[in-house]
Amino acid sequence: MGLVACTRCTRAWPLGTQTCGRCGHKMVSRDAHSLQKVWAFWIVGLMCYVPANVYPMLKTKTLFENDESTIVGGAVELAHHGAFGIAFIILLASVAIPLAKFWAVAYLAVSVRRPGAGGNHARHLMYEVVEYIGRWSMIDIFVVAILSSLVQLNTLANINPGPASMFFALSVIFTMLSAQAFDSRLIWDKQTKDGTPLND
Amino acid sequence: MKDTVDPDISLPLTELIVCPQCDAVFHLKEPETGEKAVCQRCHTVLIAPRRQAGLKIIAIALATFILIIGATFFPFLTIDAAGNKNSVSVFDSALAFSSGPMVLLALATAGLIMVVPLVRAMLTLYVLVPIVLDLPPARYAMQAFRFSQALQPWSMAEIFALGCAVALVKIADLATVGFGPAFWMFGGLVVLLVAQESFMCRWSVWNSLEHPKKS
Repeated sequence: MGLVACTRCTRAWPLGTQTCGRCGHKMVSRDAHSLQKVWAFWIVGLMCYVPANVYPMLKTKTLFENDESTIVGGAVELAHHGAFGIAFIILLASVAIPLAKFWAVAYLAVSVRRPGAGGNHARHLMYEVVEYIGRWSMIDIFVVAILSSLVQLNTLANINPGPASMFFALSVIFTMLSAQAFDSRLIWDKQTKDGTPLND
Repeated sequence: MKDTVDPDISLPLTELIVCPQCDAVFHLKEPETGEKAVCQRCHTVLIAPRRQAGLKIIAIALATFILIIGATFFPFLTIDAAGNKNSVSVFDSALAFSSGPMVLLALATAGLIMVVPLVRAMLTLYVLVPIVLDLPPARYAMQAFRFSQALQPWSMAEIFALGCAVALVKIADLATVGFGPAFWMFGGLVVLLVAQESFMCRWSVWNSLEHPKKS
């Protein structure tokens, strides 16, 4: 209907307006490069996720042993000690959620190009969940930071961060950027072409 | 806010509101205090004014500011294993990554759990204090508010608090772990940040920045 809207402050402007007159946010009717950016960040995120799982996350030195554990290895070890709850949280936060996020973002990005993929409401809900949950993957990085600063007991026990922590943090940050780059308005565009009277 | 706008009727653009998530256009009708205006298509909350929200948010932002400073430098966990004691503050734990290429990670950690929430609290105060006092908006208030909104997903204090709990359980059998004062401050901080989000109605702030009351 000849409008372009500011996604920051919801104000409507005539089509073609470049920046929002109210809050100064840059405006485009549909971000043409949205999908490009999504995929670029997505690929970088995935690339960082591989070394994050291969390299050790924590280096534990105790009196008698020197132990390096990866994310999955650490969780398995915890489960052996009987801490199933914590092992579950770690597996959920650093394996299941990141993988689900990669899948969800890819699915959303593919679905706006291909007709007939999922309902709009379902996809919108998925987008909101991905945006909300993405930040929580950082929890593993914070745990590593807390442990490695706290457990510095001279000869008795030392915990230091492994190289995987950096890759994991980068992976989380890039997947967050990827999800943010996705223009959620694209989800609803197809509906308009189907003839449902919604005004865009 | 009940109806989508008929494309044939031309309304002045100031009487429209467009859902930022799905781009549905609605005729702007301000809800009463305590009510919510929700996008009919994707159910995003568009406007949700609360009574005295400005004052409450200012109070919360001030408290947040003080708590972050305190929580940063007081120890939040203490460990005791066979006579070896160690206590760390958030500041120390961010510096845990401070060797070699890990410095970047240290900066990121410190930024996400301390700097970003702190900056957001300050920006909120900067934007809202003039509005609540019925003064003309501060210079660059709109840019400040936009920036603070853009920072929102990067403010991770609450995630850090949960991280504390996980770390605690992980080493509970290795050593005796106790809470320092900053741990409780962080707990309070998490509650405050959630409360602030629930009082904050972005549209109302934008609206009062655009039409400042004449005092």
